[in-house]
Formats: sequence, structure tokens, C-alpha cells
Amino acid sequence: MPAWLLDLVWVLVKAVLLAFALLTTFAYMTLIERRLLARMQIRYGPNRVGPMGLLQPLADAIKSIFKEDFRVTAADRIVFTLAPIVAIGMALTAFGAIPAGPANSFFGLNPWVFDLDIGILAVLAITSMGVYGIFLGGWASGSKYPLLGSLRGSAQMISYELGQGLSILGLLMIVGSTNLRQIVDWQGANGILILFQALGFMLFLISSFAETNRTPFDFVEAEQELVAGYLTEYNAIKWALFQMAEYVNMITASAIMATLFFGGWRGPSFLGPIAEIPFVWLILKIALFLFLFIWVRATLPRLRYDQLMRFGWKFVLPLAILNVVATATYLAFVGSSPLWPLGLLGILAVIACIALSDRIRVLVNAPHKTGIQPGVTPTHNKAAGGD
Amino acid sequence: MRNKPHETEGAIAHRSEGGRNIEYVNALIMLVVGLGIGILAVVVSRILGPKKPSRTKLMAYESGNDPLPGGKERFPVHFYLVAMLFIVFDIETAFFYPIATAFQRVGIFAFWETITFVALLAVGLIYIYRKGVLEWD
Repeated sequence: MPAWLLDLVWVLVKAVLLAFALLTTFAYMTLIERRLLARMQIRYGPNRVGPMGLLQPLADAIKSIFKEDFRVTAADRIVFTLAPIVAIGMALTAFGAIPAGPANSFFGLNPWVFDLDIGILAVLAITSMGVYGIFLGGWASGSKYPLLGSLRGSAQMISYELGQGLSILGLLMIVGSTNLRQIVDWQGANGILILFQALGFMLFLISSFAETNRTPFDFVEAEQELVAGYLTEYNAIKWALFQMAEYVNMITASAIMATLFFGGWRGPSFLGPIAEIPFVWLILKIALFLFLFIWVRATLPRLRYDQLMRFGWKFVLPLAILNVVATATYLAFVGSSPLWPLGLLGILAVIACIALSDRIRVLVNAPHKTGIQPGVTPTHNKAAGGD
Repeated sequence: MRNKPHETEGAIAHRSEGGRNIEYVNALIMLVVGLGIGILAVVVSRILGPKKPSRTKLMAYESGNDPLPGGKERFPVHFYLVAMLFIVFDIETAFFYPIATAFQRVGIFAFWETITFVALLAVGLIYIYRKGVLEWD
């Protein structure tokens, strides 16, 4: 067997292993989420199936495989089946770029599946393809609520994708590379990037919640408003695939945040050799972010749709651009040798945002006066999702 | 290629590493595995599940009523506007990435270029803001 073929086989093995690891994490995330939500509401979560409810995910999986898989008459034949496959395919692919350790640290293999020079761009591009899964799924259902859910969902996701893309630009200016390994190595040498890009991180975190459709921003499946949004007509394994895609996207978003802003697979450097252990620190950081996702779900009510869009376009986007300009100004006129004043500025900006959050909410939510007389305003078709 | 004798250091480094383009093949493998798992799940479920369709079961959801002909409603033009704005500003982001990664190497020149570009787009953003495009009612 030639060497290159052997390499490809090992990559295939790694890809399959990673996919199964992600799916297992997804399965147990559902359990952990239910248990944690339950503890936060002072009740028990699922604890009957197996010890501590540990077999609950297995029971759920078996149930969704053995359920009847039918398609409503109005649904599009091909796209209806294709949409969940696209969603899960893209979600699983994106995680392959995350480096979990230094080169050759996974039994002599590299602890990542692919390492592109355009790393973070590729990850953002692949996760963005998930929009297609949701939109086509909603459209192909041929029904009212899925269509509304997918329309709202895709508008929301593309709006926050802008903020997400712009909020990491300051970081890229500092590091000077889009390769994820180089970003991690830079942080190993100079300190984690949240210290220098606190504002960028805040915007990225908010956008990640919107991108992965989690509560405060889960408009694609706002069950009290739209039945189950794009999932209304889905059942059995296709429904499970969409759920899988959502949770895998959440895990990927956590991994990206850990890699970009928190030093990736490295631990805190004052721990010496313990900080260089691969896998462990990354998994810890991902777990922390996943806990944050669940915590926020238990805490915050959903926004209204117009509030969400105003927030994205009037707060996240301008602030991300401001962050880019501030970082660019600092790097151009002071240089990158002392970075801490820039970091201080970012942290101050975040503190200001938190302190002024009420004021900002009023500002962002106040509808802008367009100067059009009320009588002249064209009436919108309110019944068809203009909420 | 006009600039062949003056290739950048990066290009030479890549060639000496012995074809880093293999990483794109690896990405493709990951994509195939991801899509494969989706297809496998759908096929297995199709084989294992019961198949007893009925007219009522295949009706779209509408609390027992026959729903309106689905997917044919017209929806507000706002969604188009947001998509168009997204395209414009995402192209902006696409132009930003190269200048961001090369920023410290290009120096003060890149800074003024960036500021000019941001200013042009800020004018656009302020215009749509004042026009009330970002409002939902």
C-alpha cells in the first residue's frame, strides 16, 4: 500500500472517529441539557432509563430510528430528504478543522482532520452552509409554519453571520494569519486573545448564539409562536438529524471560541508542562461553553423578532466595525509590541456595554422615525410573517 | 505567470512542505463522512420503520383543518432586503480578510486604505439606517 494511500486511510479513520465522537457528545448533550435545566428549575431530569438516566439518549435514538418516516403530501420529494443530510453533513465537517493538540500528538497522528491555511474562513464558510439545511427544510415542507420559521431563521442567521465575520477581524489583524494552528501558537507565545479582543469576543459570542439558534435567538423553532418552525413536518430520524446538526453546531461554535479567544488546546501557561497536555484543555473549554449555552437557555426569555434584527444590524454590526477600526488604528500607530493598552480598551468597552445595557436596549429597540406620515405608510401583509 | 521568478516566501515554503494541498482532500473526506452519516441514518430509518401512511397522516399540520396550499404565501419584501444587505456587507467582509491578515506587514498605508473603505461602507449603512430599512413592523 503506497504511503499516500495509507495517509488517506488514516484521515478517513480519524474523520469517522471524530464524527462518532461528535454524535455521542450530541446524544449526551441532550441528556446533560435536560438534567441541567431540571436542576436549575429545582427538579430532577430524566433519571429512570439506566443509572442517572445515562441510557436515555440511547432510548431516544432507538425510538427515532424505529419511528415511521413519512413525508406529508405537500412536501417536496427530494429536497425534504436532502435538507437534514446537508445540515448534519456541514455541521460535522466544520469541526474537523479544530486542532486538539500539537502535531503528531494523537498516537503519532495529527489531532485534527484537516488543517487549511484559510482555517477559520473555511470553518465559518462550512457552518454558514447550515443555513441551506434549515431554509430548504422549511421550504420543502410545503406548509405554512415551516416556511415562516425557515424564512425568519435564514434572515436571522445571515444577519448575525456578518457580525460574526467582522468580530474576528481585529483578532486576525493582531495574529496576521487565518490558520487555526498559528492562531493557537500565537496565543501560546503571547497570551490568550480574549485579553486583547474582549469586545470582539463579546460580539462573537452573541453572534454564535444567534447562529446556532439557541435561546434568546431561537426563532427558527419558536414553539410558542410557530409550532416547531422548520421542524413542524419532520419526524423520525430526519427530525433527529436536524437536532443533531443544531447541537453539533453548538459544539463547533464552542470549539471555535475556545480556539480563537482562549488559547485552544493549551492550558494556562503558569501550569508549566500540565498546560501542554493535548485534548484535555480543549474539551474542558468546550464543556464550559456548552454549560454557558444551557445556562443562558434556562435564564433568558426569547427576544421579539424585530428586536432581534435591530440588535443585529444596529448594535452588533456597527460595534464590530468599530472594533476593527480601533484595532487597526492601534496597530498602525502604536504597533504590536505593547498590546495591553488595546486589551484594556476592549475590556473597558465590554464593561461599558454591560453597564449601559439598559440604555443600549432602549436605543436599539426604539423604532427609527422615517419621516413618513402614518396615513401614507404602505400596509404590509401582516398575516404572512412580517412580525 | 508573470511573477514566477519572484514568488513569495510563503509559496516556496508550501512547496517544500511537500504538497499541503492534501489538506483539502482531507477536508473532502470529512465532508463525505459527514454526509455519509446523514444518508446512512435516513436509509436505515426508512428500512426499519413501519410504513402505514394514511390520508390524515400525510396532511400538513394545521390542527386538523386542511391547511392553505402550503409554501405559496407571499411574504414581506423585508426578507429580500435583508438578504441583499447581507450580500453587500459580506462582500465587504470578504475584502476585509486579506487586508486584516496582511495588516502588520503593509503598515500605515493599509490603515488609510481600511479607513477609506470603512467610511464608504459606513455611509451606506447610515443611509439604510436613515431610510428605515432596518425596521420591522
